[in-house]
Amino acid sequence: MAGKLASEDLIAVAGGGLLHRRLFLKAGLVLATAQTATSLRAEEASPPKAEDPADPSWIHKTGLPFTGYGAPSKYEKHVVRNIGGNRTPQGDGVSWTPLEELEGIVTPSGLHFERHHDGVPEIDPAVHRLVIHGLVQRPLEFTVANLLRYPMRSRFLFIECGGNSNAGWHEEPIQRPAGAFHGLVSCAEWTGVPLSLLLNEAGVDPKASWVIAEGADAGLLNVSLPLSKLMDDAMVGLYQNGERVRPENGYPIRLIVPGWEGITNVKWLRRLHVTDAPAMTRNETAKYTELLPSGKARMFTFVMDAKSLITSPSPGQKMHGANVYEIRGLAWSGSGKISKVEVSADGGKSWAEAELQDPVMSQCFTRFRSPWAWDGKAALLKSRATDETGYVQPERDVLIKERGREGYFHYNAIVCWAVDEDGTISHVYA
Amino acid sequence: MSMLRRVAAAIVVPVVATVAIAEDAGVKAPRLGTPLSADAIAKWDRTIFADGRGLPPGKGTAKDGRVIYEQKCASCHGEHGEGGTSEELVSGPTPPSPDNPSKAIGSYWPYATTIFDFVRRSMPPAAPGSLSADETYAVTAYLLAANAIIPEGAKMDAKTLAAVRMPNRDGFIWIDIKK
Ligand code: HEC
Repeated sequence: MAGKLASEDLIAVAGGGLLHRRLFLKAGLVLATAQTATSLRAEEASPPKAEDPADPSWIHKTGLPFTGYGAPSKYEKHVVRNIGGNRTPQGDGVSWTPLEELEGIVTPSGLHFERHHDGVPEIDPAVHRLVIHGLVQRPLEFTVANLLRYPMRSRFLFIECGGNSNAGWHEEPIQRPAGAFHGLVSCAEWTGVPLSLLLNEAGVDPKASWVIAEGADAGLLNVSLPLSKLMDDAMVGLYQNGERVRPENGYPIRLIVPGWEGITNVKWLRRLHVTDAPAMTRNETAKYTELLPSGKARMFTFVMDAKSLITSPSPGQKMHGANVYEIRGLAWSGSGKISKVEVSADGGKSWAEAELQDPVMSQCFTRFRSPWAWDGKAALLKSRATDETGYVQPERDVLIKERGREGYFHYNAIVCWAVDEDGTISHVYA
Repeated sequence: MSMLRRVAAAIVVPVVATVAIAEDAGVKAPRLGTPLSADAIAKWDRTIFADGRGLPPGKGTAKDGRVIYEQKCASCHGEHGEGGTSEELVSGPTPPSPDNPSKAIGSYWPYATTIFDFVRRSMPPAAPGSLSADETYAVTAYLLAANAIIPEGAKMDAKTLAAVRMPNRDGFIWIDIKK
């Protein structure tokens, strides 16, 4: 592969062998990628059969019948959510999106991360209602069937749990696949009714400034949200990636609050209480607040700050020797569009700008790519996102200096993967 | 940090202005919401505010609460609220610090009403909503007394619970919206 390159194409733009981001377009290169642990597994699992790739058996017989609802190939069965954190009640915990197994910017609905506090309710949409009451002229009740008749809009949006990546606060770098560390974030096309339409129909009182949103799970999860944000761009989400919202993501209705903490995107939405003060619920006081070194805690930290990480190469994958590789990753910001992602192969001493793949959308995953000539020596890979407000993803020591280590939520520091000479990849603090 | 300022600025826009913008956008929508009667609202409305609005009639003491706690809570939260398979519910009544970063009720929670609200809507996980108002006041009183915030014999009801001042009441800084 490298033989097809003109020597000037291989001039590094940053240390450690980072090449110009347009290299692969220019040279039409086929780049090597780090082999995933799972594809290694797959090779080991299926010892070579007598199949001849030039004349395999399946080109000589009728294939499988049609299916009402398709599923991934049987060879992709290992690509699943990583379920963790379940404690005594079986419904309390999380499942992580396997970010390192996916490409592009859309998370398949069945792999969208989950955080439930008391299980997934089995809601009958014919029984479910959304009510709006409180400081409104007309308290209203909506059936799901009626909501489906309203004008809708679609947006590609990430949703990230406020507790995502919290292992980053640990003293020792956690050794896990990228998704099982950072995968409490997913991105989907959400379609629904602008909430402003429903609030206007109810007639919001000028004295109102907050809305308490409540879900229909066991536990009636509730959070307080500023009315201005809900009027601005929130949606009553009915569809996820073109089909009705999945049960574990809020069927039949999920509140969609672009760019804000996952917990504010209330699943199984059933009630909006328009009011003049936050309710100070458990999930906005005891949880989803961040204790600072001063002893004070940050509260109502709604916006998910800009973040990025390299999904390939990443821990659990393996390099196949010195070659040209494509560094691939994801970046997102709750404040708007990603304007720049830089990558480093020398632990942050020098940086090269990565190619941002179109489309780049506000409050949505952005896929970045960067060609890298790995010389087979130890390297430290990092990515650093900047968003359109000028906010730059911080280094870990900077974040910890500002926030201390007891905040738990909102960890968005630069992530560093160490590539070893033998091609293994691990998580390091550097 | 610039983006935090930007968001905060967006949030202080008066509500009336935002309403006007939404209507100006000229989106035509059917009006399919059906009116909700006051009786219906009373059934739906389970919000309890930090100032006590929404607290139901009823009362209870730590002594009664201890019995309920042992039966319905201790299996997960520990014999004395020290935590077990689930979170600790008892800490000292001292605000958190880097040396004592506890986020349990006594040290971290800014409002006592939140205990009542959370227990009523979410606990115990196998049967949320199964405690009566009296039982919820009692178990709330037990947790407050165990955290040394109210005396053992104090009776909790809509008025006394709202009047409890938690040690960490002023421990929070609002970030993405101004008070
Ligand atoms: C089956 C185990 C179980 C039982 C029984 C149980 N809880 Fe819990 N409790 C939990 C879990 C799990 C959580 C965390 C829920 C979450 O993550 O949202 C929790 C959270 C809480 C919290 C919030 C703690 C915090 O710091 O955020 C309180 C308060 C609480 N429970 C009180 C009670 C009371 C009172 C009872 C008895 C009426 C009870 N619990 C019974 C499992 C249990």
